[in-house]
Amino acid sequence: MYPENFRYTKEHEWVLADGDSATIGITNHAQEELGDIVYVDLPKVGTRLEQSKSLGSVESVKAVSEVYSPVSGEVTEANGLLADSPEKLNEDPHGNAWLVKVKLSAPDEVKSLMTASEYQTYVGAEK
Amino acid sequence: MPAAPSLRTTSLHPVHCALGARMVDFGGWDMPVQYSGIIEEHNAVRKAVGLFDVSHMGEIEIKGPEAAKLTEYVTTNNVSKLKIGQAHYSGLLYDTGGFVDDILVHKVADNDYFLCVNAGNQEKDFEHIRSMNRFDAEVNFVSDQYSQIAIQGPKAMATLQKLTPVDLSSIKYYWFADGPVDGTPARIAHTGYTGEDGFEIYIPPSETHRMWNLLMEAGSEFGVKPCGLGARNTLRLEAKMALYGHEIDASISPLEADLGWIVKLDKGDFVGREVLAKQKENGVTRKLVGFEMRGRGIGRDGYEVYLDGAPAGWVTSGGPAPTLGKNIGLCYLPTAHAIPGQSIQIMIRNQPVDAVTVETPFYKRAK
Repeated sequence: MYPENFRYTKEHEWVLADGDSATIGITNHAQEELGDIVYVDLPKVGTRLEQSKSLGSVESVKAVSEVYSPVSGEVTEANGLLADSPEKLNEDPHGNAWLVKVKLSAPDEVKSLMTASEYQTYVGAEK
Repeated sequence: MPAAPSLRTTSLHPVHCALGARMVDFGGWDMPVQYSGIIEEHNAVRKAVGLFDVSHMGEIEIKGPEAAKLTEYVTTNNVSKLKIGQAHYSGLLYDTGGFVDDILVHKVADNDYFLCVNAGNQEKDFEHIRSMNRFDAEVNFVSDQYSQIAIQGPKAMATLQKLTPVDLSSIKYYWFADGPVDGTPARIAHTGYTGEDGFEIYIPPSETHRMWNLLMEAGSEFGVKPCGLGARNTLRLEAKMALYGHEIDASISPLEADLGWIVKLDKGDFVGREVLAKQKENGVTRKLVGFEMRGRGIGRDGYEVYLDGAPAGWVTSGGPAPTLGKNIGLCYLPTAHAIPGQSIQIMIRNQPVDAVTVETPFYKRAK
């Protein structure tokens, strides 16, 4: 369920780092909890993100949820697919429906995040 | 999954949990917000049929020789116009003109009125009506005697008809009949909170579980879905039906809430009449109006509304309208601007996003 090469946050975001660049998304658990996703608000290219600070928001029919950046860095790409098809986030949260790509300013931050098995235990305990 | 001890539950609570519903605290009740997904449930009601557990709603009886007089005195709509077997939507007001609650009044007999009230307001409503009772009438709190299931959608009648000998097609909209549903005595009301055709049945709590299963079975050929409060909210918003605590509350009058049609100033004295008569004469300063988002984003409850760059009102309810494929909402604006076609901005996360006021209801079913 949760890819081994991702790292995870307690707020249910994931990050996949490759050298000094990374892809960020929300987890399958997050999309399940949210229900039907109808709107995704993402930062513009060039926005500086800080670890644990708001990156944007994801809205379900019922509510708005903040997304917190798992890492610090600069946005190099925001996923255009989600502007027209926010529901993709319900279908493929670990794949095509990633949120942003960033250039990491502190690549070591990734190591402080949960591994797949740690996250699996974490969401198991939350229920 | 047991509910938190502080929360109240309906007799269908175990059914919701077994169906894997997501439960939320709704006015002190542990209620299902969704089962399969809000949009899917919403569409089931618009296209086929959905079942809602609305057993948390309260019931109050007003009985006795002067039951009509008391009901007339505590509500805004014209009780004397009701025929036996007829129901109407009405307001229960404070003498300030603000809402204690919005309710349905059913005329069971000349000396017997049956009120369906909001779950979170039921004790308050009961005390309020009792405190106004200077008539030869008794007020009974009977919520414990009733569970309520709403069967809503174009296939609601076909679903329910399988279980009752009562000819449902003979019950006009906003009328009701007492009769058996699979042998259980029920009050069958042709009412609803979805903007779709449908029925609400009042039954003994001990029979609810059995009745729910029978209805699911009866509706299976139409693709019936259990529906939660999430779909109930998107459905009622498209139909522009008020939700207490959002469009209406103790500080808002029915004239402000665009509910002038339930206010009958010429029917004689009633609680709140004096203030409403003044409002009618002088006009209200703010009024409820619908809007559609033009820019990207969703205006939600409590967000500020700007007019010509200045704060002018607030959103009472807002969200996606699955039937319309738009983001819609209701808001209060100064009366002069509470008309369709006004350009407004909704402040979403500190960013003004364009919207425009529109005609309501947003959705009206084809008859």
